[in-house]
Amino acid sequence: MSQQIIFFILAAITLTSAVVVVTIRNLFHAALALMVSFLGVAGVYVLLEAPFLGMAQLLVYIGAISILIIFAIMMTRRLMQTNESPFNAQAVGALIGAGLALAILFIVIIRFYPMAPGDGFGQSAMVVDPATLQSSVARMGRSFVSAEAYVLPFEVASVLLLAALVGSIVIAWPHRGEEDNQ
Amino acid sequence: MIPLSWYLLLSAALFCVGLYGVLARRNAIAILMGVELMLNAVNINLIAFWRYLTPDRSVGLVWATFVLTVAAAEAAVGLALIISVYRSRDSVIAEELDTLKN
Repeated sequence: MSQQIIFFILAAITLTSAVVVVTIRNLFHAALALMVSFLGVAGVYVLLEAPFLGMAQLLVYIGAISILIIFAIMMTRRLMQTNESPFNAQAVGALIGAGLALAILFIVIIRFYPMAPGDGFGQSAMVVDPATLQSSVARMGRSFVSAEAYVLPFEVASVLLLAALVGSIVIAWPHRGEEDNQ
Repeated sequence: MIPLSWYLLLSAALFCVGLYGVLARRNAIAILMGVELMLNAVNINLIAFWRYLTPDRSVGLVWATFVLTVAAAEAAVGLALIISVYRSRDSVIAEELDTLKN
């Protein structure tokens, strides 16, 4: 029961701040609401007994990506002061499309998954030994570096990160002759 | 005891809010924020299915970690592109970036 209350609080925080992110005019406030939304998602991870993912969410999303977004907003701030609408011409169509997608997803989920807590499929989390959950991070770490599991995707991911960071530095580097008027 | 469907509904709602942000906002940075919300919704789905169906295997956690990694790379490259575009065009409004139009 207390789990359900915590879930509703986390879901309310996440969804409310997500709606604020996509509707508020001031982009800086949107970035702050985005951080609150990430925090709610981190709480959902902890509720799902994946504390490592919750911690990674705190570090990567709230600690790094949000700060990066705020830096980008501040570097392009001059244009953010305008009183124009934050939405483009297709905002109404976007609302209809997103609403339709939401309706279809809700209908499918409610149709195929039981909504009430119980003992059937998907009604409560699979019961496992607490030690199994406690060692899930250790098992994940081993599978990242074991040749039978995910060592190749793991290495590819590190190369991807390196390439992305080098690439973004190259892209954002000022062109020759632009340094004078910056 | 929380049924799996509650997590799926939360994830679907978060995904659609992000989708609306991507489709409706004018500012490129706001569009990127919508993409981040959608990636978070996907991760909630992955972790929920991992916990409810295969908590004794690590595949769900591993996949969610890869999504996190790719999201970080995507944010870095996306924001670098936005800053570069802002330098050359003095604008981060997506519909004003129409060099390739016509």
